[in-house]
Amino acid sequence: MTDREVCITGYGLLSPLGETPAAWWAALNDPAARHARVDEVATPPFPIHTIGDYDLETQVPRPGDRRAMGPMMQFGAYAAGLALDMAGLKGEADLLQRTHMIVASGGGERDLELDRQILEGAPGPDERDAWITAQMADGLRPTLFLAQLPNLFAGNISIVYKVSGSSRTFMGEEAAGADALRIAHRRLTAGQGDIFLVGAAFASERPEIQISYNAGGFLLRGGFADLWSRPDAGICFGAAGAFLVLESRASAETRGAAVRAVLRGVESDRTDRRAGDPAQTARRQLERMVAGPAGAETAVLSGASGAGAATGITAAERTFLEGVAAGAPVRGLAQAVGHAVEAAFLQNVILATVCTERGEVFAPLSPEAAVEAAGAGPIVRALVTGWGHVRGEAMALVEATG
Amino acid sequence: MTVSGDPYARAVAITGLGMITSLGRGVAENWRRLTAGESGIRRIGRFPTEGLRTQIAGCVAFMDVEPVTIPALSRAMAEAVADEAVAASGIAADGGIDGDLFVAAPPIEHDWDSRFDLLDAVDPGAGPYARGEGGGPGTGISLPWHHEFLNGSLADRLAERHGCTGSPITLTTACASGASAIQLGVESVRRGERPAALCVGTDGSINSESLIRFALLSALSTKNDPPEQAAKPFSRNRDGFVMAEGAAALVLEHPDRAKARGATILGYILGCGEAADTFHRTRSNPDGGAIIRSMAGAIADAGLEPADIGYINAHGTGTPENDKMECLGISEVFGAGRDRLAVSSNKSMIGHTLTAAGAVEAVATVQALREGVLPPTINYREPDPNIELDVVPNEARAQPVEFALSNSFGFGGQNVSLVLAAAG
Repeated sequence: MTDREVCITGYGLLSPLGETPAAWWAALNDPAARHARVDEVATPPFPIHTIGDYDLETQVPRPGDRRAMGPMMQFGAYAAGLALDMAGLKGEADLLQRTHMIVASGGGERDLELDRQILEGAPGPDERDAWITAQMADGLRPTLFLAQLPNLFAGNISIVYKVSGSSRTFMGEEAAGADALRIAHRRLTAGQGDIFLVGAAFASERPEIQISYNAGGFLLRGGFADLWSRPDAGICFGAAGAFLVLESRASAETRGAAVRAVLRGVESDRTDRRAGDPAQTARRQLERMVAGPAGAETAVLSGASGAGAATGITAAERTFLEGVAAGAPVRGLAQAVGHAVEAAFLQNVILATVCTERGEVFAPLSPEAAVEAAGAGPIVRALVTGWGHVRGEAMALVEATG
Repeated sequence: MTVSGDPYARAVAITGLGMITSLGRGVAENWRRLTAGESGIRRIGRFPTEGLRTQIAGCVAFMDVEPVTIPALSRAMAEAVADEAVAASGIAADGGIDGDLFVAAPPIEHDWDSRFDLLDAVDPGAGPYARGEGGGPGTGISLPWHHEFLNGSLADRLAERHGCTGSPITLTTACASGASAIQLGVESVRRGERPAALCVGTDGSINSESLIRFALLSALSTKNDPPEQAAKPFSRNRDGFVMAEGAAALVLEHPDRAKARGATILGYILGCGEAADTFHRTRSNPDGGAIIRSMAGAIADAGLEPADIGYINAHGTGTPENDKMECLGISEVFGAGRDRLAVSSNKSMIGHTLTAAGAVEAVATVQALREGVLPPTINYREPDPNIELDVVPNEARAQPVEFALSNSFGFGGQNVSLVLAAAG
């Protein structure tokens, strides 16, 4: 234990599993409850995992603040509030002025209704440009446009909770979430800051994003299917807002904050997947964090997205996990919560924290899959993987407090 | 983090620079025209502007990109400036960057042509967004199309091109983005994990939609005629910023490593400061608190006192609000010392390069320190009596400066200041 050890002192997660640790745990152990949050009707032919009702007003009381955000930013702002509550930072002006925020965001949220009107009403290509310009000049509203700026995600959180140490927004799909955590971890370890709020959010009902992922051949269509046995087009999006408060051991102890778990390490790398082997990258990451195979006291929470589940990247990760887990319980969380892209890795780190706090792992999520053969049992640490659907390999290790 | 004493003790060396703006390609060309007080602002020719109140911008029209889309132009400029900076640093011959890549880039969205292509390629009868089944493997709208519109693709290709290590980071902090990329690089090199970092800011996002968005916020100058005179930072008749495109890159290295390989050190980054404003989505707190913390933090991080700073490369957008607040912040931080400061705005000539601005203006600041010449604030004809700053009006000035500050303030809260020094 050192003063610069990176401690998790708060987390907030709004996801298809619910919004409290007890609810998450119950849902992780209850297939029927999880499946109730799979919606096959909202964005056909793609099933998605959705978030149930929640009361945004409890965290974001001002209507003007709520209006300035679309669903993705609202999920995130809510989760950030939960994390700040748990860490005891809410309303602590002096501490919040020293709290550095790093968020991962996708593109901002568009006014899809306006898009629809333009796409449906546009004249032929010759007159199109001028016509679109006129439509937008009339149709865009300043508040909605602000929701289109990804950095306003963090900006809104700064405004709602007065987090003002700094505000940085990373973009770049899955890797952005992992890199937000990695940079916060590195800076804390090096003394470049004492308190960090790190988070991301993703809305699963985003037709324009679904079009793009489907174009790449990534989205599961037709009915829901078990993660590890999906076709290559195997991503089922899941909504989430996930935030963590990270703090140096010294800072947590000085202010008497409860340490939930220790974030031992975060690795995030880029493998050229045409030429290189992501498993090799992951093995190197594992060696940097833990010596040897994972072992039975380590839960392995995989962020496998479902992309390439038959012959591609998810299949490769499954093979990797079967090789290194050595009796450790492996769980592919996308089965339970869907794939939350930028928010996936952080959501899984939060669930890893809950596992280490409880000292146990939940039941297999895909009981039919060989990779999840090891049942529930006691654990002291949890390894989280996050391989992006086209790039980025990340890993984090969360340990129970001694 | 305040460190007193030797300001060079934690300095990060700059060994390569690259730059593109509407004024041209390359650091040398840009510097020549910036110090000549030339404007790159022109009437927009890329798309129809009839009926729009703002019809001018600082477009980069000379890149070999067709059709011009935000991702394609941003990527072409990022690659060009990174190539220039890496070549200038000579680092490729010494093992490559061997460090992190930080890219400030505009968020990528499908542009309208892409949306219509998609609609046409798929099922014209189905209606937009009605069915998400657009394209897919085997159609014209498939995997390359998907990659084109991922936020991480630009940095991914750049990392591969220059042999950067680790996961490349793409970031946005609005108009502070370029400076944030540099700050992340400084932090990385200071941590000692890697000997170098490549920091890039790029923005090629002038299209009708982005122009309308900023116009909605009443942020843009509407003085379309003549375009060259629209950007008027610190003037009494300033009426908004002028959108612009550009890119810049810096190779950062640990000074020991730079010296060991015999690299030419072009300048140093001595300190970084940042603070988020919590007041409003597009306006700073009237007390200037975050701006003050950002500037004061950078000076303290450099181990300097405000009196050590000789030149400020201002954020200086030319909006009534920004320039007033920046002047207030400078007055608070520098007190009576404000009177011997020179403060100029590159945006008077190249417009506001948005995501790239922090990097573009850091490169201009390094050039000012290297050459002992301060670039001017042009179009300064009607001084604002409430902004009592030496803005280096209209003409460049030969004036050696040892330490300079570069400010970048963003919509949505983030403010970043960098302290830079000459190579000595």
